[in-house]
Amino acid sequence: MSDSEASTKYVGTSQLRFEDETLLRGQGRFIDDLPVSRQTLHAAFVRSPHAHARIKSIDISAALKMPGVKAVVTGADIWPLTKPLMVGFTNPMDYRGIAKDKVRYVGEPIAVVCATDRYRAEDALAAVVIEYEVLDAVVDTIDAARDEAPVIHDEVGSNVVSRRVFTHGEPDTAFASAPHTSEMTIRYPRNSVTPMEGYAIVAEYTPDTGGYDVLSNFQGPFSVHTVTAIALNVPSSKLRHRSPANSGGSFGSKLTIFPYIVVLCICARLTGRPVKWIEDRYEHLASASTAPNRVTKVQAAYDDQGNVSALRLTHWDDHGAYLRAPMPAPIYRMHGLSTNGYKIRNVEVINHIMITNKCPTGAVRGFGGPQLYFAIERMIHKIATELGLDPLDVLTRNLISADSFPYRAPAGALIDSGNYQQVVADAVAQGGLAELKQRRDTARAEGRLYGIGYAATVEPSQSNMGYISTLKTAAEREKAGPKDGAVASCTISVDALGAVTVVGDSVPQGQGHQTTLAQIVADVLGLKPRDITVNLETDTQKDNWSLAAGNYSCRFAPASTSAAHEAATMVRNKMARLAGSQLNVSGEGLEFKDGWIQAKSNPENRLEFRRVGGLAHWSPSSLPEGMKPGIREVSYWNAPELSPTSAKDEINTSLAYGFGFDYCGVEINRDTGEVRIDRYVTAHDCGTILNPSLAEGQMRGSFSNAISAALYEEFAYSSDGAFKSGSFADYLIATAAEVPDPVLVHTVQTPSPYTRLGAKGIGEGNQYSTPVCLANAVADAIGREDIVLPLVPSRVFEWIHDEEAAPPQGAGKVLKETDGAVTGEGETFVPALPQIVWDALLDVDKMARIIPGCRSLRRLTPETFQGLIDLGVGPVRGTFDAAIKLSHMQPPNSVMIGGNLIGPLGASRGSGEVRFQAHEGGTRVIFSYSVNVSGTVAAVGGRMIAGAAKALINQFFMTLVDEALGEHKNAGGSGPVKSGFWSRLRGVLGEKN
Amino acid sequence: MKPSAFDYISVDTFAEAASVLGEYGDSARVIAGGQSLMAMMNMRLTQPAVLVDIAGIKDGKSIEIRDGSLHIGAGVTQAHLGTWPQLSQTCPLLALAIPHIGHIQTRSRGTVCGSLCHADPSSELPLVLATLQGEVRLLSTRGERTLSADDFQIGMLVTRKQSDEVLVEARFPVAKPGQRYGFEEVSRRHGDFAIVSLACMVDGDTISLGVGGVADRPTVKRWRGLVKSDLDAVLNEFAWELGGYEDIHATARYRRELVRRLGRKLVMETAQWTA
Repeated sequence: MSDSEASTKYVGTSQLRFEDETLLRGQGRFIDDLPVSRQTLHAAFVRSPHAHARIKSIDISAALKMPGVKAVVTGADIWPLTKPLMVGFTNPMDYRGIAKDKVRYVGEPIAVVCATDRYRAEDALAAVVIEYEVLDAVVDTIDAARDEAPVIHDEVGSNVVSRRVFTHGEPDTAFASAPHTSEMTIRYPRNSVTPMEGYAIVAEYTPDTGGYDVLSNFQGPFSVHTVTAIALNVPSSKLRHRSPANSGGSFGSKLTIFPYIVVLCICARLTGRPVKWIEDRYEHLASASTAPNRVTKVQAAYDDQGNVSALRLTHWDDHGAYLRAPMPAPIYRMHGLSTNGYKIRNVEVINHIMITNKCPTGAVRGFGGPQLYFAIERMIHKIATELGLDPLDVLTRNLISADSFPYRAPAGALIDSGNYQQVVADAVAQGGLAELKQRRDTARAEGRLYGIGYAATVEPSQSNMGYISTLKTAAEREKAGPKDGAVASCTISVDALGAVTVVGDSVPQGQGHQTTLAQIVADVLGLKPRDITVNLETDTQKDNWSLAAGNYSCRFAPASTSAAHEAATMVRNKMARLAGSQLNVSGEGLEFKDGWIQAKSNPENRLEFRRVGGLAHWSPSSLPEGMKPGIREVSYWNAPELSPTSAKDEINTSLAYGFGFDYCGVEINRDTGEVRIDRYVTAHDCGTILNPSLAEGQMRGSFSNAISAALYEEFAYSSDGAFKSGSFADYLIATAAEVPDPVLVHTVQTPSPYTRLGAKGIGEGNQYSTPVCLANAVADAIGREDIVLPLVPSRVFEWIHDEEAAPPQGAGKVLKETDGAVTGEGETFVPALPQIVWDALLDVDKMARIIPGCRSLRRLTPETFQGLIDLGVGPVRGTFDAAIKLSHMQPPNSVMIGGNLIGPLGASRGSGEVRFQAHEGGTRVIFSYSVNVSGTVAAVGGRMIAGAAKALINQFFMTLVDEALGEHKNAGGSGPVKSGFWSRLRGVLGEKN
Repeated sequence: MKPSAFDYISVDTFAEAASVLGEYGDSARVIAGGQSLMAMMNMRLTQPAVLVDIAGIKDGKSIEIRDGSLHIGAGVTQAHLGTWPQLSQTCPLLALAIPHIGHIQTRSRGTVCGSLCHADPSSELPLVLATLQGEVRLLSTRGERTLSADDFQIGMLVTRKQSDEVLVEARFPVAKPGQRYGFEEVSRRHGDFAIVSLACMVDGDTISLGVGGVADRPTVKRWRGLVKSDLDAVLNEFAWELGGYEDIHATARYRRELVRRLGRKLVMETAQWTA
């Protein structure tokens, strides 16, 4: 019987998700809900407050004495029991999930406290004493490539860990002969999609096997399981990994949980007890995973009509402090699509893989697409602007024509199917583009800022497991052997009562895979979806799985469904043969319908499905000759189109390629810089739609994430590497209230010829199109080329306004944050002579009283002091170790004061200059300061830092005044110092009230 | 993200709260709704040894009009006040401001007086109290005192409430006939900390404009006899006086610009001036 004979009663229809009732009743089985052994220890991490520092010493002795603490594990403990975590190409970076001699980003794990509960573990974090030598950090992607930049990995010797040049077609010739060329540089920000549930691991050492048993919400690809096993120095069969029934979202992020698996496994081994760790929000934002930010110089060659003949893309892809498998995958995942959906035949791509002092990268929904398409689609908009053409005309003129599929793009993508012109036409008609243009005309006539943007994007699904090898040279690939394909596996069994169980390898995180697989299998076997039990928990010791297993890069719709369909067809073929032998009909003469297996020619001649299933178990003697008992079929499905990278570096990066076309109208508020989305229209052809309501859910979900990326999300760092987005008050994500309702266009479904059901992915479409579509609309509204996301109103405001109104005479001082530092200046008057003020500052006892919150202070040398300080603003308080140094001393005229603080809340360094001028019998004290703050308080309390620094520094100087006056107070007259501390403080700042 | 260990004491009366605070002083913190405090404790930004829970004090739940003021007990939640039927007649500025405070979920736990004590410079309620020249009543075993809004909040997260004092009630002056009010706020998303919030009261020829989110506490300007042609100049002066600060959400300049532009819009609307 052929595949096509299966009915399509359920595939293609909207079915309510089987998963939802459990979730909506709060009965989901997430890791933190599952019971653990009473022996289990709970882990908490000591994390770096510095972006770049050498670790001089780690003292765990005090922490070990804290109640409930069983172990404190450091890099020195991890190293002897592990090997480096490998990436897809040879490089000397030694990464094991924890720092040893050096920290390279804020939030990097340094030590793990294992205690009887998480509270006690966190109590002990503050007792781990670490001595650092702070190094200069490099945060900017381009700066990191400069010769003078600090080298982050000494053994690599450069922050550019890989540079490759790819030439497809004849770009040089095309550029030389083109009537027009344009160039622009785009910067794509660093963001993620943050799931509700962060990383979660329970790791156990099994001494009987010398292996590890791990429960985690890892999402795949399972190729990384092998990386993890190698790092743990065990055969992969001895690293048993299981995933629970439910995972609270991932969007890519849970790929890079594996370095923590290594660390937790070693903790379990060293303590002899299971160790559990549930990541908290600060940890997730500071240290889990982000998409690489990217700088791209994009150049285009084109003619008078805007027909593009060549592109040049020079990428600097910023991966933060370490590369972790499968990084730098995002840039290579999109390589085959370097010309998007355009019939451009010549392209040059130069990839720089950059290391900076930021959180390392990982998978994020969209995986390399948003960055690439931001460059290409901004360029299409620019070409139209330069030529005075309608951007939509330029876009459509360059699209691959519908009769060209399958279309081999110059960089290697074999674009399977599509009808791009029809998608554009449907979107234009259904979204009301003509009316939107009228709205723009009306708005502009009224002097409002209104723009329309477009974006077209090819949407890849199911990755070629070999694409990362494109990073290697052809010779290196030759040596390493071929890597290609993308296998999906599925096991379907029919038990003795005829019940069907499907075990798949898609590791869902909320997408509704169980429902879709049940629909597919029900159709093939003539059953109802509710009859099919789908189990998508994974267990690497018991299930069939492939290197490609997992939940990423829109793998489910093309691959997992194909494997399920193939396995179901294998079951059907076996059962047809078995039933045929009982019914005296050939297998081809049978149909599976409504729970019966029946002769097509005579439906009365039939057997119940469950009876046929039972026969295979209860009566092996009844089976046709050569048939094995039981029914359990395993499919290993692969697509031969996913060939290895060619000698010319061409790579078919993905198997199926959907298409999206979006446009939108936006209005910018002149007074506030806020971008309001007036209308957003989005159209996607994702091939055969398996379950329309799930497909719509994916589109809306992706659209929401993309709106969030375009308007709100960014992992912000100061130029000194301090991380500033450590809570959801600072790393903003769009909520339902911020996401407009898009117009979802109903358009063609061009099935993929390479997947069994014709399905392509739909989960990432708007990730690609929406950020650049909005950027193009803003560019259209304000006539500006350099559009940087996210569209923070404060930033947009400065794009549309010149200098602000000048201050009136005598206005107060403004606190500035420049280059990551809080800076300020002030002045006060002390009715005592400069020498007296000077002596107060240099006297260690007086200094102890001057420094706000100083608990103890001792003088090490005439210029250096060390002490313990309680600092805070309002209720926010922490204890810090302080090192203070005086320099450039010119008694009694001026001195420079420098200080470093470190404590559980973070680290700070500051410097200031103080000058003393004799004035009317007293002293004018004039000071300026600059303070950098890093660590927890900078990450979660950014709003407070400037104010806190100001308050503390002024408190310092006000106390200096009091100390200087000391016994001279009575002689010193009155003046502003008598009128209460806080009004004095405001007086210092030049504020008026 | 787990708090350090603390003792928890639930009290039934304000006198009991004052007595417990008198005993523990600086190591104790009052908790009512906990919407700011718990987050800070979980991040260990603050580590009180004792939490004194006043949410169970029955006397603290009342909203009363007395002596020309709206008296709001320390246990009254923002949601309770926001849905109090007489609010928009009694104190229109509060009615305008409350929807901007966080989200309905946080308002249903967060208290009016807790917000005043927390003294976040971006918060709406301290801004309203300052603009209306309201007061707070503080109790300790040493006695009772009343502070004006201006005397109460003195900086970012800092008030004159001593560690042994509990804030018993806040008093917002009841609106008089002829007074007009306006409120405007810009935040990244609805419910986020305000980048700039503005509260305006027009009373005869006096215009009061309070600004939150720009300086280290809400700051109010009052102008008598201000004429429209001077509006831009006084707002520019005010904006520069406030100074502003830069963070990842907004530059200092942006904050000043909003004071000028939204201040102008709000004053024009509230004063019913035509453009």
